[in-house]
Amino acid sequence: MSHRLASGGRLIDRRQPVNFSFNGRQMSGFAGDTLAAGLLGAGQTLLGRSFKYHRPRGVVASGAEEPNALLGLGQGDRFEPNQRATTTELFEGLAATSQNHWPRLEFDLLALNNLVPQFLTAGFYYKTFLWPRAFWKHVYEPVIRRSAGLGEAPGPRTRDPDRYEQIYAFADVMVIGGGIAGLQAALAAAESGARVALWEQSAHWGGRAPVDGIEIDGTPAEDWITATLARLAAMENVQLRLRTMGAGVHDHGYVLGYERVSDHAPGDDAPRHRLWRMRAGRIITATGAIERPLSFAGNDVPGVMLASAMRDYLVNYAVAPGQEVVIVTNNDDAYRTALALRRAGIGVAAVVDARADPAGPLPQAARAAGIRILAGSGIRKVKGGRHVKGVEVCAIDSRGVAHTAQLDCDAVGMSGGWSPVVHLWSHCGGKLIWDEGGHFFRPDPARPPLGQDGAGFVLACGSANGDLGPVLGDAQATGCRAAQAMGADGAASDAGRDTPAEMAEMEPVWIMPRAAEYDLRAKMWLDFQNDVKVSDIQLAAREGFHSVEHAKRYTTLGMATDQGKLSNINGLAILSDALGQPIPATGTTTFRPPYTPISLAAIAGEARGPLFQPLRRTPMQDWHDAHGADWEPVGQWRRPFAYLRKGEGRTAAVNREVRNVRTGVGMLDASTLGKILVSGPDAARFMDMLYTGMMSSLKPGRCRYGLMCNENGFLMDDGVVARLDEGRFLVHTTSGGADHIHGWMEDWLQCEWWDWQVHTVNMTEQFAQVAVAGPKARHLLERLGGMDLSREAMPFMSFAEGALGGFDARVFRISFSGELGFEIAVPASQGRALWARLMAEGADLDVMPYGTEALHILRAEKGFIMIGDETDGTVIPQDLGLNWAISKKKTDFLGKRGMERVAMQDPDRWTLVGLETLHGTVLPHGALALAPGHNANGQRQTQGRVTSSYYSANLGCGIAMGLVANGPDRMGEVLDFAGPKDRIIQARIVDPVRIDKDGERQNV
Amino acid sequence: MSDTWASALPQAQFDGLIRIREAGLCGMITLRGDPAALAGPLRAQTGLDMPAQRRIVSAGALQLAWMSPDELLLCLPHAEAPTMVAALQTALAGQFATVANVSDARAVFDLSGPRVRDVLAKLCPVDFATLQPGDIRRSRAAQVAAAILSLEDDQFRIICFRSVAGYMFDLLAGAAAPGSDPALYP
Amino acid sequence: MLSLTCPCCGITAEETEFTPGGEAHLTRSGPGSSDSSYEAYMFQRKNPRGVHFERWRHAYGCGKWFIAARDTVTLEVFGTYPAQTTEPPAEIVTQIRARRPDWTPEPQGAA
Repeated sequence: MSHRLASGGRLIDRRQPVNFSFNGRQMSGFAGDTLAAGLLGAGQTLLGRSFKYHRPRGVVASGAEEPNALLGLGQGDRFEPNQRATTTELFEGLAATSQNHWPRLEFDLLALNNLVPQFLTAGFYYKTFLWPRAFWKHVYEPVIRRSAGLGEAPGPRTRDPDRYEQIYAFADVMVIGGGIAGLQAALAAAESGARVALWEQSAHWGGRAPVDGIEIDGTPAEDWITATLARLAAMENVQLRLRTMGAGVHDHGYVLGYERVSDHAPGDDAPRHRLWRMRAGRIITATGAIERPLSFAGNDVPGVMLASAMRDYLVNYAVAPGQEVVIVTNNDDAYRTALALRRAGIGVAAVVDARADPAGPLPQAARAAGIRILAGSGIRKVKGGRHVKGVEVCAIDSRGVAHTAQLDCDAVGMSGGWSPVVHLWSHCGGKLIWDEGGHFFRPDPARPPLGQDGAGFVLACGSANGDLGPVLGDAQATGCRAAQAMGADGAASDAGRDTPAEMAEMEPVWIMPRAAEYDLRAKMWLDFQNDVKVSDIQLAAREGFHSVEHAKRYTTLGMATDQGKLSNINGLAILSDALGQPIPATGTTTFRPPYTPISLAAIAGEARGPLFQPLRRTPMQDWHDAHGADWEPVGQWRRPFAYLRKGEGRTAAVNREVRNVRTGVGMLDASTLGKILVSGPDAARFMDMLYTGMMSSLKPGRCRYGLMCNENGFLMDDGVVARLDEGRFLVHTTSGGADHIHGWMEDWLQCEWWDWQVHTVNMTEQFAQVAVAGPKARHLLERLGGMDLSREAMPFMSFAEGALGGFDARVFRISFSGELGFEIAVPASQGRALWARLMAEGADLDVMPYGTEALHILRAEKGFIMIGDETDGTVIPQDLGLNWAISKKKTDFLGKRGMERVAMQDPDRWTLVGLETLHGTVLPHGALALAPGHNANGQRQTQGRVTSSYYSANLGCGIAMGLVANGPDRMGEVLDFAGPKDRIIQARIVDPVRIDKDGERQNV
Repeated sequence: MSDTWASALPQAQFDGLIRIREAGLCGMITLRGDPAALAGPLRAQTGLDMPAQRRIVSAGALQLAWMSPDELLLCLPHAEAPTMVAALQTALAGQFATVANVSDARAVFDLSGPRVRDVLAKLCPVDFATLQPGDIRRSRAAQVAAAILSLEDDQFRIICFRSVAGYMFDLLAGAAAPGSDPALYP
Repeated sequence: MLSLTCPCCGITAEETEFTPGGEAHLTRSGPGSSDSSYEAYMFQRKNPRGVHFERWRHAYGCGKWFIAARDTVTLEVFGTYPAQTTEPPAEIVTQIRARRPDWTPEPQGAA
């Protein structure tokens, strides 16, 4: 059983015990432990169950590659599933729970899956649940949902209480990975004068070198690391960051980094995670290498670990994997573990080496230390269920029918060689080559990802580059090269000299033993988390899944949360072997960001809750809020739909507001309307191009309604234009259209008519605007005094500037309700005061605010169109009976050519009419008018649709507008409209103008 | 009528990693035109020279900022804006130039403290190491447009549209929350 | 995410500061033009593998439109230039030819 040793542990502080719990059981570790180290130190080797077979699983690795030790962390609002114990730092009070078992970790009924080996093989789901069809919903899916899946999602009512943030950063040279290669590369680049950022995903600098006992410049690596860090920290052009994972490399040197700011110290003020959005000129990946498992039967039994992970736990945390350990390997590196175990006083039963004659310096040292070496051998099978009890050894080239030796042990350390971490190199298109000596894929320096300057912008160094021997010389050169590419060519000091033990050649072993029988192959795990075995890949190959991408998806190899960090190469090798082709011919699957999972909250950053998106507020927003506003979103604005009085419902409020405008006086906050100043000698010419109508003939002081179309001729925006003086127009756009129309204008002025002398200024937010409408509107405004608003002084469609009640006002005599109407624009800073003043002055006139719904109904009663209701991007002004607003004199305007197309001239186009149901009810918005017959898809033919539909309190019935084929020629005709649930609603075609056809009310 | 006027977020303030203050009513005038044509009348009215690309020139309470190749922003006391607009319009009469009072279209926040770059770096895709005092950088803060003015070493001013003043203030206050110093800038 | 330099204000910024505007150097086809030339203007866009000219607006910055010459496959940016031109400037063409000797400029705006 795993246990804590009495001394040692370079990363732990024994003076600081840390209490934590696992499945409610109290345990204790030390400050500096990872959760995995704490658990192993406390003797807990069984940590969870596998995905499909619910087999018992323990820790395999010591870092980000861990596939098994995934736990639920935290409680309540802070619960989070699938957290890797190997990368979770222990803290006081940490509460962890195991996953994927029912009912208990130690006794899991679903492990029955495991007893039927043919069950859940490759493609099982695709093959099995085909019929009967009805079983899917009620039988298969619930069963699969119960048995599959790892951690549980947090409860639907939980709300993450922690803070998350993002940050933008910049560097000439970004070094990812804080092992000795990364430190050396960063130092070289920084000494060259480049601005350098260095990230390390773990909580410690130095990587594996101290664990592996590497010496640099004749002293332990630790000394060099400390000294180098001090030099880096003293440089102003260097940013060092621990606990920050390089998650992805993207176009043009964009790197995403995931900083776990306070996962290890919850409770203080710090944000939990920080997402770094780094832009770097050159990126150096010094991301190291990951040891590969070996494929032997029972390689997933708790107690079987990577040999390097054993060494990590031993050296870093003083945690021993067991009392008696067997090492199985195909290379020299694993002997480091055997020697370290022996030095720590742990029993090493034997090193089982696949090679016939392991004779390198490390095997020799092991022999000299009295460690038994079983050469030319492999593990036939591991004995034990919930933990290792022993192994059977057989000849490596045999079928594994019988064993040659049996060894008692409680832990097995395996090493199948190393794979460089090439993920970041590959994310943005860097290509790989197969290394014949090391039997791994490594970055091909001739085919790097290309940046905006056309040069490769990612450089790999250290073991990430496939250099498993000395790395510092190359790392230094890489750092200098990256800096030079960014124009920094200062002198860098000499590289450190690292002298790792010499390694004899490894010998690839993809299946152990090489000719293993099916029974053994069906117990050899490749992807531990997804339960993919050697036999599954071989089955997929037989069934024709020859492409590595297909085989991956068919078997789910590498699709688990560890994304194949351990299984990739082994799986490829098995597939290649089954297909009888070399591994490079099979290739690899695609590496995609992020390198390890990152929290969704970090991706959201500040954009959550009230900051999810900007909320635009008018100067009068607070008043509306305090007076019953029932909000509706309009773009990023929020406008009052209606103002609800105490005890009043929405409908009643809307009806009250609508009636009040026709009988008294109402006020609308129209500040959201777009207001764009168009000025310059060519302003009038430009206005004539923008609008379908003639604007150059508009007199200063006057207003005109206009339509804007895109080059298709489709209606895009509408509004009132005021000519301020000869060279200046004020364009009003729809509330949602201001930014778009301003951009549209600038596009034409900058990119097409750049010789025209026209300026635009978006003045939308400069003005608060209040529409005052109703028979008593003038009466109310005259109370403010200061301007002559009489019919004579200020006729319909004119405007005037003045001091209205002391406000700096521009008063427009316009109307969107058909009533006597004024719109008063004042500087936004005066808007709130103006609104309050008008409300106060009009109290005895029963002045009321009205919302957007009343606005809509009032305009519909008048047959006025609304962009977005009557238009949908395919409607030309002629469809809306707006021919009067299209100039026939102008030779050109935007959209004119589009309107000339044959389809736009079709007399049967759907055209605007009023609609009235036979019983006065309200037509459903968007309802289609049915026509006889069916189309090719068997659907009813249609001949029109409802574009706007409301209840009019003024008329006491439903009113609607719609587009109907040849509509205006069919007045009085009754159409069938499709209502909900196949109900037919009949409506008559009528004039869209329902109130004051002659427009006398607005003209008083 | 002192209560007639109200800035976007009167007296809004926050103290955390940095000090955030809503600047109150600020006068702002947009000038568009050929810089060569604007230079003379501007100097005559304000005493200010033309700023270089992305720079700000100041004299007393006046600041003139480069906004684009044909756009300048003149900042001045709020009450003086209408008079200045009229004076500039007169001075520029007959020229192809546009003068517009945009004082009320904006919200302004003053940010100060040694960590001001670190706070802004959380919201703006801007390399603050390249921003010197007297520089203006137009960019975005999270999802809204922002003009960032580097005034003095630890003093910045951020200008946004008035309607998003609340959003901007909440963004800044969140980014300046105590305990969240990213220690990115020296 | 691309990084582009706005030639109008000199700022190098990430893509989120810009809005894209599609193929550059189109010739507007107004009233009286043939159906085929109007169709080409409105709907027919180049989609090359390799050198391409596209419009961008520095929407969050100086507000100006500019044109980027870019390789659609490698994302290499050969240069950016202000929008007030009907064809790529000579120095941009030289830049591209230096990197892509086989490339020849097409007559711009041709339908």
